[in-house]
Amino acid sequence: MHSIRVLAPADLLVAVRGLSFSRGERVIFEQVDIDIRRGKITAIMGPSGTGKTTLLNLIGGLLQPAAGSIEVDGERVDELGLTELYRLRKRMGMLFQSSALFTDLSVFENVAFPLREHTSLPESIIHTLVLMKLEAVGLRGARDLFPSELSGGMARRVALARAIALDPMMIMYDEPFAGQDPISMGVLVKLIRTLNDALGLTSIVVSHDIKETASIADYIYLISNGRVVEQGTPAALDRSTSPWVEQFVHGLPDGPVPFHYPAPPYETDLLTGSAL
Amino acid sequence: MIGWLQGLGRYTLELLARLGREGLFLLRLLQAQVFLFSRPGLVLPQIHFLGVRSLPIIAVSGFFVGMVLGLQGYVNLVKFGAESSLGALVALSLVRELGPVVAALLYAGRAGSALTAEIGLMKTTEQLAGMEMMAVDPFKRVLAPRFMAGCIAMPLLAGIFTAVGILGGYFVAVEQLGTDSGAFWSQMQAAVEFREDVVNGVVIKSIVFSIVANWIALFEGYDTEPTAEGVGRATTRTVVNTSLAVLALDFVLTALLFGAK
Repeated sequence: MHSIRVLAPADLLVAVRGLSFSRGERVIFEQVDIDIRRGKITAIMGPSGTGKTTLLNLIGGLLQPAAGSIEVDGERVDELGLTELYRLRKRMGMLFQSSALFTDLSVFENVAFPLREHTSLPESIIHTLVLMKLEAVGLRGARDLFPSELSGGMARRVALARAIALDPMMIMYDEPFAGQDPISMGVLVKLIRTLNDALGLTSIVVSHDIKETASIADYIYLISNGRVVEQGTPAALDRSTSPWVEQFVHGLPDGPVPFHYPAPPYETDLLTGSAL
Repeated sequence: MIGWLQGLGRYTLELLARLGREGLFLLRLLQAQVFLFSRPGLVLPQIHFLGVRSLPIIAVSGFFVGMVLGLQGYVNLVKFGAESSLGALVALSLVRELGPVVAALLYAGRAGSALTAEIGLMKTTEQLAGMEMMAVDPFKRVLAPRFMAGCIAMPLLAGIFTAVGILGGYFVAVEQLGTDSGAFWSQMQAAVEFREDVVNGVVIKSIVFSIVANWIALFEGYDTEPTAEGVGRATTRTVVNTSLAVLALDFVLTALLFGAK
């Protein structure tokens, strides 16, 4: 367990300390500490419904924590006003699971959107920048298509090009591999790694695809039931004997994460069920 | 009994919370209007979508409403030999009540529901959250221009509805039933006061209705539960709530503007 520090060391881009968050009566996080190091790819893994996406929304300031602090590049996201938050967000990119492309804009205009909103660059420079970003994700030829004409993998690559349009310091990926065929999965895996290294980014990847994520991550956090249950480099986790890691890595149906949703005993349930 | 009270309490609390959210929403919407001075280009396409594209339904409905007024008016007035007052009857009914009210109801069905579905789907597909993560305020970029455009388009639509309705009445009364054309227009001219009837009727009412209709449509879209059923329910709520609000407000406005002095 980390002690609570006010200032994170310089090599930490994101420092989450003592984070608690609940939705209604359901506790999503309880006293969670997470460090994201600069220049690295950090993976947040865990079963569906453990609040991995919520964590990204908290780091991005879309949600407010109930307790604890979230520091991004030395600024407390949970305490920033709207203006400062927007200034900080210009340096953060986020890739949503649904890609979140604007359906009424072409691929080109989607990537140009942040440039047009935040800069007053002349059209010729915007044209050049957009084509550079699209070239980086291999979709320069798809610039005139509309989001409805793209496959899921292509849509995610366009969203990625849009996320790097303003040259952010970090990118958060929400389930980038979910529902992808093996080829586009491979493309995305390679893109996340190359973009991170070529652009000097810091990446946070939220995923439950253990093989793909472990192949590119520098550090992995495993989350379950609102807590960090294990953390370490992929190699260290591979050697771990914790039953939790064992179950998650090998995809066992039962273990620390039970197969059954909490319920009264089977027998009682069956016998009382008809009496109702 | 306790259970019933609990239910009532929960319902009241939910209603109050919802009213609070709606109030704050309108406040942010109005604050964001300032942004449009620097980006007037965002409003024009919305005026086209909400206003120009609603013209056919507004014009056709207006014409039919006017024709019905002309016919009913003629059938009843002719018994007293008063069919020369038809012009006044058609114009006053449309200018004071039917123009703003029916135009607002049609607007809610045609444009309001489209607004709710569009905003609701943008929320469901994370486009609004994506915009926020790109440091673009959806209130300024998406909601404010639509609100402004709707508040410009709807009073104009109400005016067009009224004008076309009068033409519809003229068509039935004069062209079909042979009432005197001169009497139709001169009676109308004599009966309709600009300030008393036009400003208090179609102008003020339609401005109030446009604010309410667009506010409800945008709020329901923004507040929608991000699922397919959620968007469907929100769209229905927009049409139902706008219709009820417009009809109730119409009574209040009529009492205030035309009530016994």
